[in-house]
Amino acid sequence: MKETNLAVLTGSHDLTGSQACAEGGLSAGCRFLGYYPIFPSFDIVERFAERFSDVKGVLIQMEDEISALAAVLGASWTGKKAMTVTSGPGFAQMAEHIGLGVMLETPCVIVDVQRDGTSEGSPSAPGGGDIMMARWGSHGDYEVIALSPNSPQEMFDMTVKAFSLSEKYRTPVILITDTYVSNLNEAVHIPDAKDIQIHTRKYYKGKREDYLPFQYDAKDLVPPMVDVGKGYRFHVTGLTHDERGYPVMDEKCQEWNVHRLVQKIRIFAEDIVDFEEEQTDDADVIVVSYGAVSRDVIHAVHQVREEGIRAGSLRIKTIWPFPEKKITQLAKKATHLIVPENNFGQICLEVERCARGRAETHYLYHASSRIGQSDDIVKLIKKVMKK
Amino acid sequence: MEAIITQQEAKRHPMDNLLRMDRMPHIWCPGCGIGNAVSAFADALDKLEYNLDKLCVVSGIGCTGRVAGYIKVDSFHTTHGRAIPFATGIKLGNPDIKVVVISGDGDLVSIGGNHFVHAARRNIDLTVICVNNFIYAMTGGQVAPTTPTPAYTTTSPFGNFENPSNVPQLAEAAGAVYVARWTALHMRRLTYSIVDALKKPGFSVVEVISPCAMYYSRINKLGDGLDMMKFYYDHSIIKHGEPTDHLEIDYQKEIIVGKFVDRERPTYSESMGKWFED
Repeated sequence: MKETNLAVLTGSHDLTGSQACAEGGLSAGCRFLGYYPIFPSFDIVERFAERFSDVKGVLIQMEDEISALAAVLGASWTGKKAMTVTSGPGFAQMAEHIGLGVMLETPCVIVDVQRDGTSEGSPSAPGGGDIMMARWGSHGDYEVIALSPNSPQEMFDMTVKAFSLSEKYRTPVILITDTYVSNLNEAVHIPDAKDIQIHTRKYYKGKREDYLPFQYDAKDLVPPMVDVGKGYRFHVTGLTHDERGYPVMDEKCQEWNVHRLVQKIRIFAEDIVDFEEEQTDDADVIVVSYGAVSRDVIHAVHQVREEGIRAGSLRIKTIWPFPEKKITQLAKKATHLIVPENNFGQICLEVERCARGRAETHYLYHASSRIGQSDDIVKLIKKVMKK
Repeated sequence: MEAIITQQEAKRHPMDNLLRMDRMPHIWCPGCGIGNAVSAFADALDKLEYNLDKLCVVSGIGCTGRVAGYIKVDSFHTTHGRAIPFATGIKLGNPDIKVVVISGDGDLVSIGGNHFVHAARRNIDLTVICVNNFIYAMTGGQVAPTTPTPAYTTTSPFGNFENPSNVPQLAEAAGAVYVARWTALHMRRLTYSIVDALKKPGFSVVEVISPCAMYYSRINKLGDGLDMMKFYYDHSIIKHGEPTDHLEIDYQKEIIVGKFVDRERPTYSESMGKWFED
């Protein structure tokens, strides 16, 4: 069989979220996985380990998560699609290299299977506390793309999408999920290889001697890339750099360099943002949710609708960039926004900011032990609607 | 016309093809030995007649971390201590590329110590050139894992009492296939060691003892770079094949240099290839 046929297992399968994620990576063309074992993300690696020899991929267990992401960044510069998978404490270790990935504009995918924190926390419980870390985890200014799947099918689809976005915007993309979704067993449909849309990084096509690593297109602010070993003899650095990739320590260059890195995501945020709305048109109360918790929201909304409360749901699929315009727009129509989260309030701060006081924002602690139940969401909807 | 070309060529430095002349002057202080290590490396590449398109240099952070920015090949200036794992990714991503890591003692042995150990254990096909100046120079002269006892540094104002690392011993114990040490004075021998290391498949390590005139020798009142070179001249002893546990460097005592390890072990890529063939 051809390599692509072995990589893309077209058909319907019974897969866990973890397995679907590994299959998504393979279907997207991922041929390098660097990792360090950590619970509960390890199931993804196990699937990859079974499959990587089919596609002549490279799988390496590094000595820690810091080196795992460093190796992934190095591999990406050889033209390989590369990913790493981890969980909370490992994700924290990767923070510095998320910054390096952003600065060197290196496409790669980082999967964070969240577990309950803080610190070592409760490893087997599905966590939800890494949302803001995904956004602000590395030092300095940057923008990030983070996707939040809520089913094994989405683990597949969003892993593919994560690779596409990372190649398109030349930036690390984070797939932020949790043990609940990664352990969930559901039907996953893998399309034909030809139907899987993958954006491949823009390669430099000009003269070799004219190549400047960070000379970007005004159209999308993304510089075309080259692979190591093709004779361009380029230099890139994590220091503030000019278009030649050489370090320049002045304010003007800092502005030129970092402002563009921020803008190349910010300007196109509306193209990246993805969400799912249900019955928001006439809703007085809208539940804004993401990830595993959003599975419970749908039940709650249906239940209260039957009781005559005009409720709706907004499920955020791209946490970062945040769907700011959508929230502002919904806040004009609805009177209440409810944000159930499996953390002590992270996305609710964003929702409140974007609501701009036009609707009241209510935070609800939907603990990991409550995932799979919607009674607390129903209760809060009724409470705010005074029914 | 011919005369003009000759004149231009006369102006060209023999290393112009290997160095980024548009970045000169470099940042290193007068009397520093990193330039010597770079010269030896460039000279080694010249001797090997490598296809420079297929060579890649990765550096970490620090004075030596800046080397990647001056060598005219594909080069990466990465994060502190993480040059080796970044280089590992490149090597495994494209095994046709010769990957060289050039970084300092603090970068490779302290913050990157774990990566050094594990890359040597796996025998990833990398050549590591470790410039050891006994101190953290770029950050302002702090004590390093290689600072001899009882040298003064800005953070050991009463002298260093910590036991210093022995880089060749660490490399050998971890599994490196080629280990040598020279000082910045031994240019010819250093060059030949780098040639050997580059030719050797697997994890090879060349330690370069280098003067830091700005911090190490100034704080310890050992004179300038030239005085340090004189010290190396008087105090270095060539002992090829010396057991690496004899290679500890005491303060202002003899420095044993030479080639200590040259052995055969299958590289990571060879082992992996063979494993999946079977």
